[in-house]
Amino acid sequence: MTHQLVAEQLPKPPAQSSDNKHLMLLRVSLWGLALFVALPFIWILMSWQQIDAELWQHLTDTLLLELVLNTLQLVVLVGFGVVLLGVGLAWLTTMCEFPGRRWLDWALMLPLAMPAYVLAFVVLGFVDFGGPLHQWTGDINWLPDIRNGFGVSVVLTLVLYPYVYMMSRASFLQQGLTHYETARSLGMGPWKAFFKLALPMSRPAIVAGTSLALMETLADFGAVSVFNFNTFTTAIYKAWFDFFSLQTAAQLASLLMIFVLFALLSEQRVRQKLRYYQTHKTKQQGRIQLTHRSRWLAFGFAFTVFLLAFLLPSIQLLVWALSSLDDWNSNYWELVEHTLLLGGGAGVVTVTAAFLAALARHLCKDSSMNRLTSFIRLGYALPGSVLAVGIMLSLTFIDNHLIYPLFETLEWEAPLLSSGVAALLFAYLVRFISVAYGPIDSSFEKMTPTLAEVARSLGASQRQVVTRVYLPLLKPGLLTGLLLVLVDVMKEMPATLLLRPFGWDTLAVKIFEMTSEGEWARASLPAITLVLVGLVPVILLVRKTAR
Amino acid sequence: MKFLAKCLALATFATAIPSLSAEEVYVYSSRKEHLIKPLFDMYEKKTGVKVKYVTDKAAPLIARLKAEGKRTPADMLITVDAGNLWFATQEGVLKSLDSKVLEENVPAHLRDPKNHWTGLSVRARTIVYNPERVKPTELSTYENLADAQWKGRLCLRTSKKVYNQSLVATMMANKGKEATETVLKGWIKNLAAKPFSNDTKVLKAVAAGQCDVGIVNTYYFGRLMKKEPGLKLALFWPNQKDRGVHVNISGAGITKHAKHPEAAQKLLEWLSSAEAQEQFAGLNMEYPVNPKVEAVKSVKQWGDFKGDVINVNEAGRLQKHAVKLMDTVGYR
Repeated sequence: MTHQLVAEQLPKPPAQSSDNKHLMLLRVSLWGLALFVALPFIWILMSWQQIDAELWQHLTDTLLLELVLNTLQLVVLVGFGVVLLGVGLAWLTTMCEFPGRRWLDWALMLPLAMPAYVLAFVVLGFVDFGGPLHQWTGDINWLPDIRNGFGVSVVLTLVLYPYVYMMSRASFLQQGLTHYETARSLGMGPWKAFFKLALPMSRPAIVAGTSLALMETLADFGAVSVFNFNTFTTAIYKAWFDFFSLQTAAQLASLLMIFVLFALLSEQRVRQKLRYYQTHKTKQQGRIQLTHRSRWLAFGFAFTVFLLAFLLPSIQLLVWALSSLDDWNSNYWELVEHTLLLGGGAGVVTVTAAFLAALARHLCKDSSMNRLTSFIRLGYALPGSVLAVGIMLSLTFIDNHLIYPLFETLEWEAPLLSSGVAALLFAYLVRFISVAYGPIDSSFEKMTPTLAEVARSLGASQRQVVTRVYLPLLKPGLLTGLLLVLVDVMKEMPATLLLRPFGWDTLAVKIFEMTSEGEWARASLPAITLVLVGLVPVILLVRKTAR
Repeated sequence: MKFLAKCLALATFATAIPSLSAEEVYVYSSRKEHLIKPLFDMYEKKTGVKVKYVTDKAAPLIARLKAEGKRTPADMLITVDAGNLWFATQEGVLKSLDSKVLEENVPAHLRDPKNHWTGLSVRARTIVYNPERVKPTELSTYENLADAQWKGRLCLRTSKKVYNQSLVATMMANKGKEATETVLKGWIKNLAAKPFSNDTKVLKAVAAGQCDVGIVNTYYFGRLMKKEPGLKLALFWPNQKDRGVHVNISGAGITKHAKHPEAAQKLLEWLSSAEAQEQFAGLNMEYPVNPKVEAVKSVKQWGDFKGDVINVNEAGRLQKHAVKLMDTVGYR
């Protein structure tokens, strides 16, 4: 029936040459995007023209080894943590039945709205000497020393696991229980069925989520500085702020960039060898029934994560915010407005670019497109300020050498790239295209290639395949990408600080104003506002992806 | 309407070209909005000159000034330490000022020797102690905190904060590298806890008894005591028999390519005047640079002290060396 319909609507099979033209266009636009995104990367690489040998000597002699080890420790612990929490919780809420499952299903996504630096200062304020925990217990020996790699990892895991949770949840939902139950009925144990079947089938989603979490871990400066824990990223800032050498900072950043590029490429290679397709969308039939004890264990696990990652910190923020309520003024509405406007604008621009990239990779299917898509995602792993400066410097370069001279000869007032909203949106695009790309690409991965082939054989043109087959199927992925970018932009601090035009202050800017003078309690008013505003896209996300 | 205009700006990526009339001054500031806005409002009321500002950390702002070159919209740069003003001067983004008013209002050691910038408020970095565990007679100098009697009793902020870098830099200028290294090693040995990320944490640790002494900027002390007056904390002014208490500044300079250099200079001079100084320093419980102006009452009650008169420019010049030394001895 459906087949007939399609065939009728598409009477003439389009010419092959127009397909090639479309592919060509796609290729060219991906190259264009990559060139655009490459601007700050080029600046970072150019920094190697001159080397401050003395500073490098000092860094390698005193700090580098410690910092690399610290960073690796973070990557391993956070990687382990987000997979454990993200995948575990996603499996529980999608496949099992336990008390509170319905609300925990969406509540577990809420920590996405909590910026890492905010959770970091709340947690430290809570367990510090003289903090609430100290006052309740009245005993010094009860206080855990968390200002170390383990403590930072816990904080980062709690704010970053939702990436993995969300993506594996979507994938489990699509997967359904059929495969798992078939395996079980054939005699496989529950754990074995999970590890041998369910997990590998959702691998693209889990990998996509985890690599986002790890890239953000590498780039994090806020949380690690609150803990005074030194990582590779703190060294980058040390070179810049303490030694006044932006050049050395960029050189260090380029090393980080190369490391991440290598990791992304090898991840893609591994993924290409193992492909898992979803042949049909399964209707969920029932859930795994847990024993009485494990039902409550499941609840305890999920609730504890929610409590620690969201509920307790939000309550603490509220308590602090109430004590600085005098700061509230009408200005805040403007901050909220800017936060949402920038987030929304960046979301649309970034998702469009990410869709283009994913499309190019899947339609053109060659290694150059593969490499390009890895390349354009690097921005997420770079420390925000370094990336922001790279963008600012490359845009002013274009302004000074291209736009100004051009408009001067025309005697018009030059619309400068570097000082408008465009610069900021561009920065968000470079930084967050990876976030949008993840969910879009993993929805692509799950589509069987035969789908497009069938449509083609029925006479659909390449373009019609995209608009009528791909786009509808990708809708959840696109939407997830959009909302993720929105939340991330709202939390973003360094690029917003450096590139916002006059009068475009956001909530994150307000938090920076307070924390940089050590006024942590006063920072909680903008912080809780940010969390509340951030809940809007998260709740939208939840509703769109709920069954 | 304004909202629509903003949406449009977003949709068309339009560039917001700052339309600066003669009646405006544009400021890049790493001093926070709530510490500068009241003064700019005051100034606008008085003169009609509107002051616009963007806040960020000093390093990105200086990078931006340098990149924008002669097309920068900024007329003035405000920072919260001398080191970054020294660096901005090195980068050639500030211009040398010829101002009798500033020379009169600001003591020479709180200004750039070549007049590229001037201090606007003084930040004293001193010793804080827990009066239940320490008698003030036990305290004497920063160097003395390296003594074995303070083992397991000292709390410090991270070496990544510029205030500690300036403290060590001026100590190096005064005592030489080797003596300073010995002091730093002693401090590290005496630490009761890993260095903290900010001064307030140090204060709280001293008050709660995690340690007995610490080194902090006075305004953090003032701010915390205002909120929790019962805390067991007291200030001590060290090195009164030699160089005096370490001071840094929050200060400003005019950019080399300022579009409104005269207006900016007038603003700067006004900020150093008796009229503005009490408010500028008082908003953050700092000390005025202008010797004719007294600190606000809550600050004055901490007592008078002799401050180090080494030119604060030295803190910037020696910062690199200070950081290297702190890295080498393992002060994180």
